[in-house]
Amino acid sequence: MKQIYLDNNATTPIHAEVFDEMLPYLKEQFGNPSSVHWAGRAVRGAVEHAREQVAQAINASPAEIVFTACGSEGDNYAIKGTVDALKKKGNHIITTKVEHPGVLEVCTYLEKTGCEVTYLDVDENGMIDLAELEAAITEKTVLISIMWANNETGTLSPIREIGEIAKKHKIRFHSDAVQALGKVPVDVQDGNVDMLVLSGHKIGAPKGVGAIYVRRGTKLTPFMHGGHQERHRRAGTHNVAGIVAMGKACELAVQDLDTKAETLKKLRDKLEAGIVAAVPETLVNGHPTERLPNTLNISFAYIEGESLLLNLDMKNIAASSGSACTSGSLEPSHVLGAMGVPVELAHSSTRFSLGPETTDEDIDFVLQELPPIVQRLRDMSPIYPGQDVKTQCCTGNCCPVE
Amino acid sequence: MYSDKVMDHFTNPRNVGEIDKADGVGEVGNASCGDIMKIFLKVDDKGVIEDVKFKTFGCGAAIATSSMVTEMAIGKTLAEAEELTNEAVAEALDGLPSQKMHCSNLAADALHAAIKNYRETHNL
Ligand SMILES: Cc1ncc(COP(=O)(O)O)c(C=O)c1O
Repeated sequence: MKQIYLDNNATTPIHAEVFDEMLPYLKEQFGNPSSVHWAGRAVRGAVEHAREQVAQAINASPAEIVFTACGSEGDNYAIKGTVDALKKKGNHIITTKVEHPGVLEVCTYLEKTGCEVTYLDVDENGMIDLAELEAAITEKTVLISIMWANNETGTLSPIREIGEIAKKHKIRFHSDAVQALGKVPVDVQDGNVDMLVLSGHKIGAPKGVGAIYVRRGTKLTPFMHGGHQERHRRAGTHNVAGIVAMGKACELAVQDLDTKAETLKKLRDKLEAGIVAAVPETLVNGHPTERLPNTLNISFAYIEGESLLLNLDMKNIAASSGSACTSGSLEPSHVLGAMGVPVELAHSSTRFSLGPETTDEDIDFVLQELPPIVQRLRDMSPIYPGQDVKTQCCTGNCCPVE
Repeated sequence: MYSDKVMDHFTNPRNVGEIDKADGVGEVGNASCGDIMKIFLKVDDKGVIEDVKFKTFGCGAAIATSSMVTEMAIGKTLAEAEELTNEAVAEALDGLPSQKMHCSNLAADALHAAIKNYRETHNL
């Protein structure tokens, strides 16, 4: 049976061109780019070329790019590095309730060390309120950290407006763009972003490489101390093959972006419309328009997300869920919680994230297999009122219609 | 993640449904914690469990343990069934992942709630 992968927000397969590009650096090109001899020289150019490719993809200069091991490292570096570098100025961070743990957990950790953190609320679509953001700024604020695109729902932040507010108040702006690159345009000048975080494995590079953009003149305490690599900003012998892959993946990610995004959106919209038409009592989580073109997060009332995922998996369909059972905690998705999605619908949420390899046939197959699975699980559910009871999902609460 | 036995009971759950005019009904959990199990009992004159059915909202472990507890309870006396523990149900399924042991392993509790309900409604 064909395998259908609709979990591209979790990770992506390595792009064939990326793989070809990195392969020599896992074989004959083994040198350390910091070495002066022939072996080092042979790979130094490759690292610098990759730096240019990353910079170009986000409209930055190569000197502003630092290679990391993952998105989480970039987020840690940006936030902890800022807090340390600006500790004379203040100790206040503004972020949102819907960030990735790579940001949220750093903030809760820093709270224990004396920082103050404002976690902005979001509305039912996952959107922050710009007036609330501006009102949260104090003279102690050193950082605004707001993601470009949400990994669970795909909701896009109003980056340009946030950037303007940050600039007006002369506050540093960090954005986690791990989910954004290759799906929507990402431009650090246009967005007025001071620090931007990317991760390789979400865009067709392998796991274990990422990058952070740090605007020229932005003081940031290193996260990893040691050797002088990356102009003392990140110690550790370069992961040359990974970096080469990261460069190529960034180049490919922005190539024909409009066309690729249009294709993704068409397929995603087909999936969304098809599910909503075939399955009663669903709730789409995320902004109706300001959303990543590849992401559909949808709750199926009366059933639990993991049991749906397991059934889809038996049909070789890979997706993910915001249920507690799959998040490894007892609480369902903090993102859906912040959006006010009732907890039982958060447990039933399922995320389909499409990728460049997704085909029309894949979507047809899901639309054929999914509705009977949902119905079977509903028939097993003690809270399902039955097919004949007409109910109405009103802001997520499904109530019987009189 | 799950044992073959869990997957078997999850894919082909035994005794799904409701019993019309059940002698006892028990429900544990709630939707906000992600698991609800409802157990229906049919008990004969000698206090032996003749039939059990279940309905469950929950993850793979919740559905599999519900299915397993129905198999384990059928044919037992009420007193024997009251001895069944959540751990024994998990054991019969060749174990559950550790994070599932507390949150989704409530099937014996649901059975006990149904027995309690039976005793109460029959003044025993
Ligand atoms: C929005 C966002 N930020 C950060 C990360 C972490 O990236 P990495 O897995 O490379 O550490 C992820 C990936 O799960 C993500 O989706």
